[in-house]
Amino acid sequence: MTTLIDKTNPEPRREAAPGVMRSRAPSPTPSTPVSLYKSREQIYPKLAHGFFRNLKWIALIVLLGIYYILPWVRWDRGPGQPDQAVLVDFENARFYFFFIEIWPQEIYFITGLLILAALGLFLVTSLFGRVWCGYACPQTIWTDLFIYVERFFEGDRNARIKLDRAPWTLSKVYKKVAKHAVWLLIALFTGGAWILYFHDAPTIARDFFLGHAPMTSYVFAAILTFTTYSLAGFMREQVCTYMCPWPRIQAALIDEEALNVTYRYDRGEPRGPHKKGATWEGRGDCIDCRQCVAVCPVGIDIRDGLQLECIGCALCIDACNGIMAKVDRPPNLIAYDTDANVVRRMQGDKSRYRLIRSRTVIYAAVFAAVGFTMLYALLARTTLDLNVVRDRQPNFVRMSDGSVQNGYTIKVMNKATAERTLKLSAVGLPSPIVKVAGQTGLSLQVPADETIDFRVIVIEDDLDMLDGRAEFVFELEDADSDTTANRPTVFVAGE
Amino acid sequence: MSDENKTPSQPDAGDGAKKMVERGVDPNLEPTLPNDAHGGHDPRFDEPTGQYTTGHSWDGIEELNTPMPRWWLGIFYATIAFSAVYMLLMPSIPLIDSYFDGILDKSDREDVSVEIAELRMERALLADRLADANLEYITGDPELFRFAMAAGKSAFGDNCATCHGAGGQGFKGYPNLNDDVWIWGGSFEDIRHTLEVGIRAAHEDTRFNLMQAFGRDGLLDRDQIRDLTEYLLAFSGRGVDPDASGRGRALFADNCASCHGADAMGDRSQGAPNLTDAEWLYGGEREDIVETLYGGRQGVMPNWHERLDPETITALAVYVHALGGGEPSAPQPSGADPQKPGMQP
Repeated sequence: MTTLIDKTNPEPRREAAPGVMRSRAPSPTPSTPVSLYKSREQIYPKLAHGFFRNLKWIALIVLLGIYYILPWVRWDRGPGQPDQAVLVDFENARFYFFFIEIWPQEIYFITGLLILAALGLFLVTSLFGRVWCGYACPQTIWTDLFIYVERFFEGDRNARIKLDRAPWTLSKVYKKVAKHAVWLLIALFTGGAWILYFHDAPTIARDFFLGHAPMTSYVFAAILTFTTYSLAGFMREQVCTYMCPWPRIQAALIDEEALNVTYRYDRGEPRGPHKKGATWEGRGDCIDCRQCVAVCPVGIDIRDGLQLECIGCALCIDACNGIMAKVDRPPNLIAYDTDANVVRRMQGDKSRYRLIRSRTVIYAAVFAAVGFTMLYALLARTTLDLNVVRDRQPNFVRMSDGSVQNGYTIKVMNKATAERTLKLSAVGLPSPIVKVAGQTGLSLQVPADETIDFRVIVIEDDLDMLDGRAEFVFELEDADSDTTANRPTVFVAGE
Repeated sequence: MSDENKTPSQPDAGDGAKKMVERGVDPNLEPTLPNDAHGGHDPRFDEPTGQYTTGHSWDGIEELNTPMPRWWLGIFYATIAFSAVYMLLMPSIPLIDSYFDGILDKSDREDVSVEIAELRMERALLADRLADANLEYITGDPELFRFAMAAGKSAFGDNCATCHGAGGQGFKGYPNLNDDVWIWGGSFEDIRHTLEVGIRAAHEDTRFNLMQAFGRDGLLDRDQIRDLTEYLLAFSGRGVDPDASGRGRALFADNCASCHGADAMGDRSQGAPNLTDAEWLYGGEREDIVETLYGGRQGVMPNWHERLDPETITALAVYVHALGGGEPSAPQPSGADPQKPGMQP
């Protein structure tokens, strides 16, 4: 859908409407015909007030709270086991998440989780546009936090612009140094919290300051400190516009019925300054105060329509609603709306919201399918598993008494927290003799939380029954916990 | 450009010019003719996209200018600077018969040898216990047994698989190590001893026997060899000429029984294989047996006592013994000093 926007307006005035100062935010995305490179222009987002700003503050507090506090949450798993609720233990190749413990061969749980995350993003994006970018993305959250610090020391938009243009004074030096110091401190805590997820948090925190932590901890803390400081402090919207692939993927996910932060062109145009007492007849509600541009953290004009740079943070909705209240017009000139609705209203039709569309239904269905599969896999997960690798060289061995021997390597995984004694049997062969190398008898000792290989020999002399090849099952039985595990395999008796 | 150029397309310039004013660009600077008309090196405003072109034009196909962020360019230069520093610090420039090895004097080869040495140190804890251990002691400690199996499997792949096959399945002339047929004995001690001294190898105590070339050396003539073959085939019911087999029995008693035994069951103390079973190291068909009797067999297994350290030989013996055909150890002769767990440091 193309909406051509007529930007010809009379000589700009200082006031857009009585009591509403016009923002001097520059025209966004200026393009010059000269250079092949574009320098970053500093954006000074103005503080917005309203529903969405409050929502974003809550999201910021909750998400940062989770990030910083989660590694300190304890979870009892019994003696000898880590008691950290969320722990990625690379050293022992285990991932702990509350009651879940994942082994490397169960990496498909992580794959499933990532698929769920992707499908969730697809679904939410096709419904409400870039809510991930606007409310939950770490880049947005930390940038918001950094801008909060910036505002605390340097003041709001106009004060910051003025400060940056002003010559260096003692006061300016203090403000800048204080800001960067706090930024660095936040960055350090971000990097510091990251490494807590990979080791026992209290131990690594102490070791970190005593200088005993492993080198990887210092390296990753340093990397995350650097990225937090540079990406949230300096790069900001450049990350979203140029580095992140997600905005480009959105184009395929958003359609004309997706709710997006939308300037209601049909209601706002023709725009222009409004004089006190003048009629609103024959003109749009937009008084061209440019407050939506002033609050925008990525420096675009939402009135130009949906743009690649827009992270859907909805702060322009808050800004515009404040202005609409001042000029006594109804709110939501900028609102979560769809492109299709703008067209419908311009054609004199009513707005329609179609959240249930083929793509949202499909995303939801696939999301549910993957979710239930994961849930089933998680609930059906046992603490005992075995894999069987049959010898191929030699495929079979003829013994001197005419019987035939096959060799197997059995990997037994004991995911329980105690040592187990397991009884091995081969079920489905007429008269098998089963031997385990290096021991007498068929009870296998498997220590807690370990995978052990056993070499197993099966000899069969009743070859007439087999017809060259027979399928059978290795069974493991844990009498104590009444757990069994089995794995089908074959016995080869001849070419 | 001149005003002349601009005039013809003036009507089209309307909207574009407006945008240019808005963007702070003087529309009078804009070329309004297609670029091809005057050499094609001037950027122009592209109305449908709202972007400028780079001015490049190939047969009328133009390129939009979507400017890259300047910091990206900075990072590109930074990578160039990094590579220059890296070249100075690390081994980099090949010379004629050597290379510039960098200021840091870094060598992956040395790093690896240090890592291997460290690994050896770690493994020594278990490996040292293997050197003179017997099977009972090794299987008594599951961890030590698993270590021996892993070490044995690895050493087997490096040293033994060339002749005996990756899984010890054997080939003609190279015994299958998975079955229960052993020429020189299949107990752990027997296997270990064979590994140490080899067969017809350089070791002074090497296992040695002689399967003579009865035909080539003129000890038996052609007919006698045929009769003897007939006799051997009769053990597995494959004989076709009972008369020849009868003559072969007498020949066997004279020439073969001293090693293979009167009943042809073989003798492990001499390394003489059992000739009555279905296993034939050099093949059990009539032609194979004739060939063996005519030319003799002198297979060689190297002695490993100096090439491999004792713990590796023990590990190999454990592994081969566990392949499937290993036999129980003979009772320890008195005075022997088997390693016991209690004696470990």
